[in-house]
Amino acid sequence: MKMMTCPLNGPRNISEFAYGGEVIPEPASDTVDDAGWASFVFLSDNSAGVVREWWCHVPTSYWFIAERHRRSNEILRTYPASEVFGAGAQAKDQPA
Amino acid sequence: MPLALLKRALLGSRVKDRQFIWPGDLKKSYDVVIIGGGGHGLAAAYYLAKNHGITDVAVLERGYVGGGNTARNTAIIRSNYLTPEGVRFYDESVRLFQDLSFELDINLMYSQRGHCTLAHTDAAIRTMRWRAEVNKHLGVNSELVLRDDLAKQVPLLDMSEDVRLPILGALFHPPGSIARHDAVAWGYGGLASHRGVEIHQRTEVTGIEVEDGKVTAVQTNRGRVACGRVLQAVAGNSSEVARMAGIRLPITSIPLQACVSQPLKPFLDPIIVSGSLHVYVSQTPRGELVMGGSTDPYPLYQTRSTLEFKEELMMHLLELFPFLSEVKLLRQWAGTADMTPDFSPVMGETPIRNYYIDAGWGTWGFKATPVSGKRMAETVATGKVPDLIEGFRLSRFTEFDLVGEKGAASVGH
Ligand SMILES: Cc1cc2nc3c(=O)[nH]c(=O)nc-3n(C[C@H](O)[C@H](O)[C@H](O)COP(=O)(O)OP(=O)(O)OC[C@H]3O[C@@H](n4cnc5c(N)ncnc54)[C@H](O)[C@@H]3O)c2cc1C
Repeated sequence: MKMMTCPLNGPRNISEFAYGGEVIPEPASDTVDDAGWASFVFLSDNSAGVVREWWCHVPTSYWFIAERHRRSNEILRTYPASEVFGAGAQAKDQPA
Repeated sequence: MPLALLKRALLGSRVKDRQFIWPGDLKKSYDVVIIGGGGHGLAAAYYLAKNHGITDVAVLERGYVGGGNTARNTAIIRSNYLTPEGVRFYDESVRLFQDLSFELDINLMYSQRGHCTLAHTDAAIRTMRWRAEVNKHLGVNSELVLRDDLAKQVPLLDMSEDVRLPILGALFHPPGSIARHDAVAWGYGGLASHRGVEIHQRTEVTGIEVEDGKVTAVQTNRGRVACGRVLQAVAGNSSEVARMAGIRLPITSIPLQACVSQPLKPFLDPIIVSGSLHVYVSQTPRGELVMGGSTDPYPLYQTRSTLEFKEELMMHLLELFPFLSEVKLLRQWAGTADMTPDFSPVMGETPIRNYYIDAGWGTWGFKATPVSGKRMAETVATGKVPDLIEGFRLSRFTEFDLVGEKGAASVGH
């Protein structure tokens, strides 16, 4: 069984978590053009290396960021979203 | 037939024709380079040679022919999709498949079974009716069947009403079929090689050269190859290869697992799919049950198998066929599915001139092997995108003009 370490709840079975997409910068909604918006919504790097990803610990609804290698499936690091987005950013920046 | 067989035995010629002709060294340049020797790349090579007389073609395959998702799929062929774009496109493929054993002179074991998508809720019944109407409108044979008729058609299906998700009816699609997936790749590849196409295995594309917005060459582990046109057909590796040409795709690579049981006496004629239970199953001519479900919960470039997948799949399968509880699994495997946001493929032109793409085949691309090969060959040969695949263009995403097939493809493949 694969484990993931939740920054809030510690190591848990990975089946308790939901994957939420790549962490990519959100374009400014008042200035972005259609292509930029489409690229944010639909396109993806989908790299076969280390990727920064959104994850949610479902039982506690806690969103955080994980760095995971997409070939070895090794989870290198997990941390609160505030480390990237600053304090208070988490709820606003989590993907739907 | 026995006479023909005897003739073949004595002359011994036909069987030889079917074998691949393996090329020697890579040439310095080709008119067309096809990246990826799966069913799609090999079919495109065959139709380029046969329909368009273009034979200065190299198929570059990093592993062995047909060893990717072509060898890993559960071989379901159908055209009961939801969107008109999807139905028309897959219908052409089903028609091509029906004569393909003769055309390729190889036994594809094409077996028409009927395809049954179960509905466990009123909402699902409505979707099935919708799909049936779209299908019929476009000349594809599908109909909604309700409980009693379904029970007659699939006598061993558990139709009890006191289960978690009782079966209310199904979308029944008589043309639904299964075939021998490896033979499709071998058939196309063998005949393409006899028409002059070079198929280079263990040849990995590692770079793509673009000048003034136009592709000029590919780099490989065996050296540089100049080329006039390129067709990329690498399924699960689509994003990595497109990145070499500076193209970002609407694709995520996610494992899709499947498994097969020990052989049983024939009891299941149609292919059974349940979206609500995340399971589908068919019985091969050898009697094995081929089973699968939806993709893994997160992206990964790996083909490992997990216990979670099997536990969940079996739990659901036993809701449909409780008497299978003592049956043993024989094999399990996975492939890397190139998933798109709208569960439709990405085909045609790219921002790079003369660089064409055939990707986004996710969990549904085996059935499209003949039609995508034929239509991508047409695109590469004429430089014009046929109407049939226009809806699947890469630019549909920036135009917010998606082809939503999730309802018909997320579990049913
Ligand atoms: C478990 C499973 C079940 C499925 N079930 C069904 C089904 O029932 N019905 C259905 O229609 N579809 C199904 N599919 C989907 C179907 O298998 C694929 O969509 C289809 O086989 C794709 O064919 P392809 O030729 O594009 O890709 P592949 O067969 O994967 O071929 C791509 C090739 O490209 C090569 N390649 C990659 N990178 C490079 C490089 N850099 N240089 C050179 N070569 C490279 C790979 O080695 C590979 O051989 C299933 C898939 C899986 C995994």
